[in-house]
Amino acid sequence: MRFVGVTSCPTGIAHTYMAAESLEAAAKAAGHSITVETQGSAGSEPLAQSVIDTADAVIFAHDLPVKDVHRFAGKPTVDVGVKRAISDGPALIAQAVAAVSNPATRSAAASAPTGGLVTKVDATASLGTQIRQWLMTGVSYMIPFVAAGGILIALGFMLATAALGKNGPVDITAYDINLPKDLPHSIMHSFNPMSLTWWAALLFRVGVAAFGFLVPALSGFIAYAIADRPGLVPGFVGGAIAGTTGAGFLGGLITGILGGLVARWISRWKVAKGVRGIMPVVVTPLLSTLIVGGLFIIVLGRPIKALMDALTNGLNGMGGSSLAVLGLILGAMMGFDLGGPVNKVAYTFATTGLATTGLAQDATQYKIMAAVMAAGMVAPLALALATTLRPKLFTEPEQENGKAAWLLGASFISEGAIPFAAADPARIIASSVVGSAITGALCMAFGATSMAPHGGIWVALLFGNFLGFLIALAVGVAVMALIVIALKQRDHSAAAARIAA
Amino acid sequence: MSLITEAQVVLDLAGADRHEATRTLAATLVTSGRCTDLEQFVADVATREATMATGLPGGIGIPHARSAAITEPSLAFGRIDGGLDWGAKDGPADLVFLIAAPEAGGDAHMQMLPKLARALMKKDFVAALRGATTKAEVVALVNDAVALDPAAAPAPAHPHCGGSARRRPRRRRDRLDL
Repeated sequence: MRFVGVTSCPTGIAHTYMAAESLEAAAKAAGHSITVETQGSAGSEPLAQSVIDTADAVIFAHDLPVKDVHRFAGKPTVDVGVKRAISDGPALIAQAVAAVSNPATRSAAASAPTGGLVTKVDATASLGTQIRQWLMTGVSYMIPFVAAGGILIALGFMLATAALGKNGPVDITAYDINLPKDLPHSIMHSFNPMSLTWWAALLFRVGVAAFGFLVPALSGFIAYAIADRPGLVPGFVGGAIAGTTGAGFLGGLITGILGGLVARWISRWKVAKGVRGIMPVVVTPLLSTLIVGGLFIIVLGRPIKALMDALTNGLNGMGGSSLAVLGLILGAMMGFDLGGPVNKVAYTFATTGLATTGLAQDATQYKIMAAVMAAGMVAPLALALATTLRPKLFTEPEQENGKAAWLLGASFISEGAIPFAAADPARIIASSVVGSAITGALCMAFGATSMAPHGGIWVALLFGNFLGFLIALAVGVAVMALIVIALKQRDHSAAAARIAA
Repeated sequence: MSLITEAQVVLDLAGADRHEATRTLAATLVTSGRCTDLEQFVADVATREATMATGLPGGIGIPHARSAAITEPSLAFGRIDGGLDWGAKDGPADLVFLIAAPEAGGDAHMQMLPKLARALMKKDFVAALRGATTKAEVVALVNDAVALDPAAAPAPAHPHCGGSARRRPRRRRDRLDL
């Protein structure tokens, strides 16, 4: 007969392999064959699905959860601790032979629907590695939201320019999905398929709706990576609250990790048998969501608000400083958290200025708007550039996201950079702050102006000294891309030279 | 680089219990420059040992840990006259393999630990270690067992993996595919 096996142990350096050796020797001695997947530290080479499919039975000798257990769904299964395989390989092989003819052993756990969601978390890895894997899982599920939402918004801007002229990308934001019926901008009531304007509004609003899921999806799937399915609810809800409190993606990282840890903790409680059935559907989601949401609002919501107030006051008090310094600071803020509280303060500071009536063509308010917009375009464009120049430094999903980031960056959609920043906050934020600050300062120094609060290159016609704006942007993008490459490069060569962290 | 040197072999290992014996073996790793912090490493091994004793049938103990105090995958070997209780049901252990891996793990040298673990399941290997009379003999036996023989190396089973030194970064990216 032909068997497959999976072995694992907490440390992943000894028992995993001894068990594999023992099973192989015992199978051979009994005239069978077995192929073992060792889920240990030396990296596990996954069994080919064809090998699993043709096997007569499965032996799990494991002290850690079997990775991707759904691959073995429906197979006759012998499920024991790793030590059993080491001390008594022949007995396990005999058990496997017996299991083949006994349908009761068909793996129930393995055939339970897992929803097909995948995490890439290696429970034997060091804490640092695991945290990175949690973030990566969240990021990889978030990227489609960024791409779908960002591209729809950019297309909306494009169509709006075509339909409404140079003010289109600004005017289109007045449209919404479901406004009171008598208002002229309600898409649900007044959509006209023959009008480019309405299509632009539709694309824009659907894109904005997709963006609403960005932080919740990031947070939800980080929590999922930590706690499996119980993590989804506290993660998503926590992420949504992080969005409402204006905490941005950094807030989403916090709620994701917190939600996952709380859910994992609760789902491991030893509870009475009667309660066990309602744990996953009622108790765990209820408690974990309350804890995460409550903690975030009470403990983190207020400091974030205080930070935003302090920054706003700081900016308002900077009236007398030189414009280039103001541009430098605003740029750095734009690049810091890509849609989070610090970014928002800088952006609001700029757009509030636009509301001043009776401004001259070259008013300071317009210069500030241009600097802020340029700085907000730096991160996605620089990461698009970096993934183009050195694709090997980025994961495959990141490379794909990098392609979309060209369009997102050009449209002043800073969120195009969030997948990169969420996966590697320290390096991306550091380089983004430097690049964006340079662009902000240069843009001010060149005296470029923008009368539009949003839209990127689609509102070029509303700019003064657009060339200066582009040069400032290009310099910041180049600087940030080089810093990102240098930082990632250093990590990679270090990882190759010594043992990877 | 080898897992073991003669300095990491103690043919007359002794101690009141397995923790003391482990400490003696761990000290040899400090001497040979592979362990930077004896206390931390011993604590890491004890933590692992506490989850489940590492004694195996046939008189073998394999205390082991991944530890930040360890700089490279290493093995210290000890032989105990009369044996010490290592938690196995069938009696005390007289052969002790202290297996030490760096916290992060994953470079080419890590490939030797699975080979060592597999060798421990082979009766010939264990018998030869019991019969060894010199430290050099022990080192040679271990080196033979973990030799990264290119023909027998996992290369054929891993067709898409390049040199093992490059494996880690690649694998890291593989993880993201969804």
